[in-house]
This record gives sequence, C-alpha cells and structure tokens, in this order.
Amino acid sequence: MKVQLKVWRQKNRNSPGKFVIYDSPDLNPNMSFLEMLDVVNESLASKSEEPIAFDHDCREGICGTCSLVIDGKPHGPHKGVATCQTYMRSFKEGDQIVIEPFRAKAFPLIKDLVVDRKAFDRIQQKGGFISVRTGSAPDANSIPVPKDNADLAMDAAQCIGCGACVAACKNASAMLFVSAKVSHLGLLPQGQPERHRRVKAMVDQMDEEGFGACTVTGACEAVCPKSISLDFIARMNRDYLVALAKGDAKKPAAGGA
Amino acid sequence: MKLLLQIWRSSLGKKYVMALTGGALLLFVLGHMAGNLQFFLPPTYINAYGHFLQTTPELLWPARLGLLAMVGLHISAAISLTAANRAARPTRYAGAISSQGATLAARTMIWSGLVVASFIVYHLLHYTLTLPQVNGYQVFTGQSMDFDGLVEPKTGFHDIFAMIVLGFRIPVVAGFYLLSVGLLSIHLGHGVASMFQSLGLRSHVWWPRIATAARVLSVVIFLGYAVIPVSVLLGRGSDYVNDVRTSGKGTHLSPTSLSPSK
Ligand code: HEM
Ligand code: SF4
Ligand code: FES
Repeated sequence: MKVQLKVWRQKNRNSPGKFVIYDSPDLNPNMSFLEMLDVVNESLASKSEEPIAFDHDCREGICGTCSLVIDGKPHGPHKGVATCQTYMRSFKEGDQIVIEPFRAKAFPLIKDLVVDRKAFDRIQQKGGFISVRTGSAPDANSIPVPKDNADLAMDAAQCIGCGACVAACKNASAMLFVSAKVSHLGLLPQGQPERHRRVKAMVDQMDEEGFGACTVTGACEAVCPKSISLDFIARMNRDYLVALAKGDAKKPAAGGA
Repeated sequence: MKLLLQIWRSSLGKKYVMALTGGALLLFVLGHMAGNLQFFLPPTYINAYGHFLQTTPELLWPARLGLLAMVGLHISAAISLTAANRAARPTRYAGAISSQGATLAARTMIWSGLVVASFIVYHLLHYTLTLPQVNGYQVFTGQSMDFDGLVEPKTGFHDIFAMIVLGFRIPVVAGFYLLSVGLLSIHLGHGVASMFQSLGLRSHVWWPRIATAARVLSVVIFLGYAVIPVSVLLGRGSDYVNDVRTSGKGTHLSPTSLSPSK
C-alpha cells in the first residue's frame, strides 16, 4: 500500500516550520506507524534529503517515548493505543496522513516531530522518595493492601508519561499525568508517609512548568494510550486540598530525631 | 493569609475558588428561580415577597455583598485561568485538531460566562435600579415608563408583577433574557459536574450520576427561568396591566409612567 504524508518539518525551535508532503514508498500494511516512518526516512536519505526526526524507543507501548499528533489525534486513530502500536492497516490505500508534533509551551520543540518532555521528568523528580525498607525482599503480603486499591494503583501506574494528555487538552494541561503519578503511590500503604508532601510538590512543579489548568473536558482521557481515568484528577484535587490545609511541615527544633 | 495566597497562586487552588463560588452562585440561581416562580401565583404574592426583601436590609445587603464577592471572585479566577490556559499553548496546531469528546459547552465556558456577566449587569440596571433608559420602552413603544412608580393599589407595595409584565413585553428584552438564560444553562450543564470534579468529589460510580444530574438541573433551570418571559409574551398579566392602564384614576401608576413620551 501507499499513503501520502503531510508532515511538520522544522529545523529547530527558532526557525519557522511548515507542512511538507511526501509520497510513501510501497508499504506493508502490517508495518507499524513508526516502521512506515523508517521506510519513508530511508527513501529520503537515499535522495540525500534530511530524514524526518521523530521520537521512539521501546516500540511496544511501554516506554512513552513515541508521540505524534496523527490526523488531529495524539497517538493516532485508536483508543488506548500508542503510536508505536498503531499499524498501517488502520489506514487506507492513498490516504493523506497529517503528522504534527505535540504542542505545548512546556514541551518546546526540538526538531520536526520531536519535542522536549523533560518537564515531566522534573515533575516526577519533585515527587521525591518514599519511605520503604530496602535490602532483602520483604515477605509477600507482609503489608496488607486492599484489592481495590491495588487495582486502582496499578491502573494509575500504567501511565507511561508520553504527554498525549497535554497534547490533546485545549489548555495543554498535565493534570492527567500528574494525577496518575500522584495516585499510584497515594493509593498504597507504602506511599502514605509522604503522600501530602508529594502531591503539593508535584502540583506546584506542574504549575511552574507552565502547563494549563483542567476544564474537565475529558479530551486527555480519550487520547491516553493507557486510558488513565479522570477519576485520578479528582483524587489529586482531594489530596492537594488536604495538603494545602495541612500546610508545610514544621521544622524540627533540634535534629528531629 | 499565606494559605489564601497559596490557593490563588496554584492552578488547583483557583479551581477550588471557581467551584466554590460557582456553587454559591448556583444556590442563588436556584433560590432566585423559586422566588421568581411566584409570578404564577396572584400578583399579591410576588409583590409581598419583594416588599419583604426590600424592607429587610439586614437580609438583603449581606446577600447582595456576598453575591458581588462571589461573582467578582468567579470572574477573576475565570479570566486568570483562561489566560494561563491560553498561554500554555502559544503555538496552535497547524492542522485540524479533533476535540476528542470535549463538548462545546466545556470549550466555551468563558464565553457563556461573559455573556451571563453582561446580562447580570443589564438585569440589575433593568429590574433592581429600574433605570428607565434601559427598559426598552422609549425605543420600542415611544412611551416613557418608570418601573419605580409602579405601585400595587391595595397594599401600596412596589408592583413587581406589573414591572415583570411590562418589562418582558418588549420582545428584544425578553429575547436577551432567553439567550442569557440559555447560555447560563449551557454553562451549568458542564459547570455543575465540573464543580464536583474540581473539589475532588468524584468516583467512577458517581461520575455518570453527577454528569446526568448536572444536565437535568441545567434544563430545569432553563425552563424555570424561560417560562416567565415566554408566558408574558403569550399574554400572562396583560389583563392586569391593562386594568392598570384603563382604571383611569392613576392610583397604581405614577402619572408619568403611562403618559406618551415628551
Ligand atoms: C450565575 C452565574 C454563574 C454560575 C452559577 C456559574 C457557575 C459555574 C460553575 C459551577 C462552574 C464550574 C467550576 C469548576 O469547574 O470547578 C463554572 C465554571 C466557569 N465559569 Fe461560571 N458561573 C457563573 C457565571 C460566570 C461568569 C459571569 C463567568 C465570566 C467570566 C464565568 C466563567 C466561568 C469559566 C471560564 C468557568 C470554567 C473554568 C475552568 O474550568 O477552566 N462564569 N461556573
Ligand atoms: S496520562 Fe496517559 S496520555 Fe498522559 S502521560 Fe500518562 S499515559 Fe500519556
Ligand atoms: S515507543 Fe515506547 S511507547 Fe511507543
């Protein structure tokens, strides 16, 4: 099969970008979307043209490195599927596919389709440590965790930090990501000691990075490759409210030991 | 003080302000609707209700000031959040971007809100300050009309019933009212559900119920408000005000109120 690509090309942050149209070489419909881009890049390279820069790593839907807004939707046509798990059979012969980078102030463009998502790393780092005993593995089930909470925590932990939620949101809000990261520890006993300190630090860093606020449109949830639920944003809002009410911890007078 | 600053500076904090002030305004909107619906009882009821409010300043003024504060906070938080949200995406998508299920109501909260705000200003000038310049009489009927001078003959109370009828007889006035109430209802169809989310009052069990209840409530609010101008346009109260006009003694109405414009 063959398709036509309309791809955003931009040399760097400071030069203007534009859409460029490419006709793909012959493709196997069972290629992944990223393999298709590899093939197109190969043909560009063979013509001594600059290949299209795009992000990718695991190509199995678990690392969160792939991105792309494909035909107006982050991660392409399917629900709950990342770009790397999207296959050319989802498109028709001769389709024109429009590909744009994620756009947000907090995700500055690096080149073509590659944006800098380190803001997410900084938010996550603000989350800090959790107090657990390290060393030898603890006995299984030595800390009881209610099944419901374990399931919910696992749902939240599914977030791969790809940033599609930000890309889809009209406010470029990172609330879905932050709420998932806040909740997966907040739901577990191991995450309790630092629970409120953590949500405060992460939300404040989120604001610092220049992401927008939540208008509860639900676009993030609709494009999330891991179908993270808006419920987690409500949970984060609750935790943050408690954190604000508690205030910052008092400095111990002498050592605090 | 530090806490208040922290709330105002944080995006989540401002959403709490939006939600709490929006919730307070919602309670007012419901109470006001209940008060207004006395329009469908004999005129003495709504007139007595108005008289009660006007002669109970210890109730009226705290409520007015409280509402003003709520509206002020709601609007400042709305504008500040909307500005921050816009700034978070300085470069728009160059191609078409799909809304991904974000409803029109959700995407246009600031616009429905701003129209409602302009309506609130007009509504206060119209029925609270009763400025003759804004009630549309002069422009559309060529008569001058002083709402303040409308007095119920039996009691001597301000005749609110007649004021409503005479006010909504002007189709443009009724039209702007209907438009604003419609937009308020759209604002609340999204806003009421969003309010629960902002305050963290949501779970997967409750969310569908909250979202449905918000929509139902917004339709109820629309109908509860819209029914008044619509019934006036369909003739409710026209006998009453015509009696006033033809009673000839001029006791109900101040002499200037029905005289042709000078
Ligand atoms: C009677 C009047 C009003 C009522 C009852 C009302 C109610 C509400 C409620 C309940 C919310 C949801 C809060 C949340 O998301 O947590 C909301 C949101 C909003 N309101 Fe209002 N509102 C009113 C007037 C206004 C006005 C005058 C504006 C003018 C600017 C406005 C602008 C907004 C905006 C922009 C939002 C969405 C904020 C966001 O989620 O980003 N509203 N309103
Ligand atoms: S919440 Fe979903 S869309 Fe957002 S970063 Fe995590 S996986 Fe990606
Ligand atoms: S490349 Fe790792 S998730 Fe797509």
